[in-house]
Amino acid sequence: MCPDSSQIKGLNRKDLLGISDLDRTEIELILNTAISLKEILERPIKVVPYLRGKTAAFLFFEPSTRTLHSFSLAARRLSCDFVSVSASTSSVLKGETLLDTAKNLEAMKLNFVVVRHSSPGAPHNLARNLRASIINAGDGCHEHPTQALLDLLTIREHFGRFNGLKIAIVGDIEHSRVARSNIYGMSKLGMDVSICGPPTLIPRDIEKMGVKVYYDLKKAIEDKDIIYVLRIQKERQSKGLFPSTREYIKLYSITEDILEKYAKEDVIIMHPGPVNRGLEISVSVADSSRSLILPQVTNGVAVRMACFYLLPGGEGGGKSVRRRA
Amino acid sequence: MNKLYKNARVIIDKDDIKKILDKLTDEIYNRNKNVEKLLIIGIKRRGELFARRIVESLSAKLNVLFGSLDITLYRDDLTSIDKKPIVRKTEIPFNIDDQNLLLIDDVLFTGRTVRAALTELVDFGRPKRVQLAVFIDRGERELPICPDFIGKSMKVDKSEMVEVKLQEIDEEECVLIVPK
Repeated sequence: MCPDSSQIKGLNRKDLLGISDLDRTEIELILNTAISLKEILERPIKVVPYLRGKTAAFLFFEPSTRTLHSFSLAARRLSCDFVSVSASTSSVLKGETLLDTAKNLEAMKLNFVVVRHSSPGAPHNLARNLRASIINAGDGCHEHPTQALLDLLTIREHFGRFNGLKIAIVGDIEHSRVARSNIYGMSKLGMDVSICGPPTLIPRDIEKMGVKVYYDLKKAIEDKDIIYVLRIQKERQSKGLFPSTREYIKLYSITEDILEKYAKEDVIIMHPGPVNRGLEISVSVADSSRSLILPQVTNGVAVRMACFYLLPGGEGGGKSVRRRA
Repeated sequence: MNKLYKNARVIIDKDDIKKILDKLTDEIYNRNKNVEKLLIIGIKRRGELFARRIVESLSAKLNVLFGSLDITLYRDDLTSIDKKPIVRKTEIPFNIDDQNLLLIDDVLFTGRTVRAALTELVDFGRPKRVQLAVFIDRGERELPICPDFIGKSMKVDKSEMVEVKLQEIDEEECVLIVPK
């Protein structure tokens, strides 16, 4: 095979910290790579040797099951070794800083650090201080780039395009890194993005991100191709930003009834999980044929594989010797 | 033609590509006419295109199926490449266990691509037999790989590259020798 020059393109960055940093071409490169890599998940032997001998550390300082497992599977499918560190078992409890923890791990020869942290910018700090490639798996209310990428992949697989698609993101926008990353990504790809939720959960000046704001769910979902339902994050709701769960359900829960009355017939429902059934979304909508919740999960593994493939993984550079066969 | 390449010279033109491919296809047919089914798998990207053409010519007289391999994730030189090659999809829409396989590539040189392809194939099953057909064998093997079918053999200096251009993706049809 003779690889031609058009084949040799990279992501040209050491880390994946947020969708706001990426341009359209980079997002499309990640999605195309994910589509190619997804085929591996269908094979009898679901592993390729590409990252043999490389190691990733997963530093999760906030609870996670889906994202952590998804990254773990993505690493395994590419033969990447990994160690997993959670806040409750690490030396963070003994007072070590995040940076020290990461530097110590890097001293053990690491290529990737996947980090989830409650402080916005924590991954950026690691990125500046480590040679390893850092992947942001969620930093506070800031960004969650791989979630947005898997959502974009799911949308592209379903619709075959982005341009002109109308989406309403519904729920707690204020505390949602998923919403923020998705707004960046969807806008860059030419989608028409609206958000909807109780006024207390809509960030001030959000219009500057180029979105339309609705407080009335019925109006928000009217002409949309996709409704993206955010999880009500009970762990971030201690301040009582909406009066009661019952009122939230009444005004913002996505139910068959609401969809039938106000949404387009072929509207698609997405949700980043984990789902609070009966709260932000009704049981029947979550399980309906219009729900793409499970394809989103499959695509999560594929886009995370694409990130591991495209990032240099610590050693980067190296002399360019192209062998030919 | 080929503003991209300085000092490139055409060694096989469009008509000769057809003649060589016809001869190669005949040989493949003659040695496989008694097999029940032949799975023809092309190595991306230009091996895939040759495989497609061969499948087309053989499908009238032989039971053939078509698949393709992208060997990027199995290469042995990835750490020495600055930028990552685009990964394309491997498509093997059939079970290869106990089947007769024919692997096709455009240019055989060091043998490393074929090594990678064989490693990848094993992840899909255990074929009964794997044959190898190449359009051009330019010699200088670095691994013990030997083709069953050769379109054209030629000696090419290591300082030069052999580039196959095919209509489907290159909008021209020829084989070039290009100084590195």
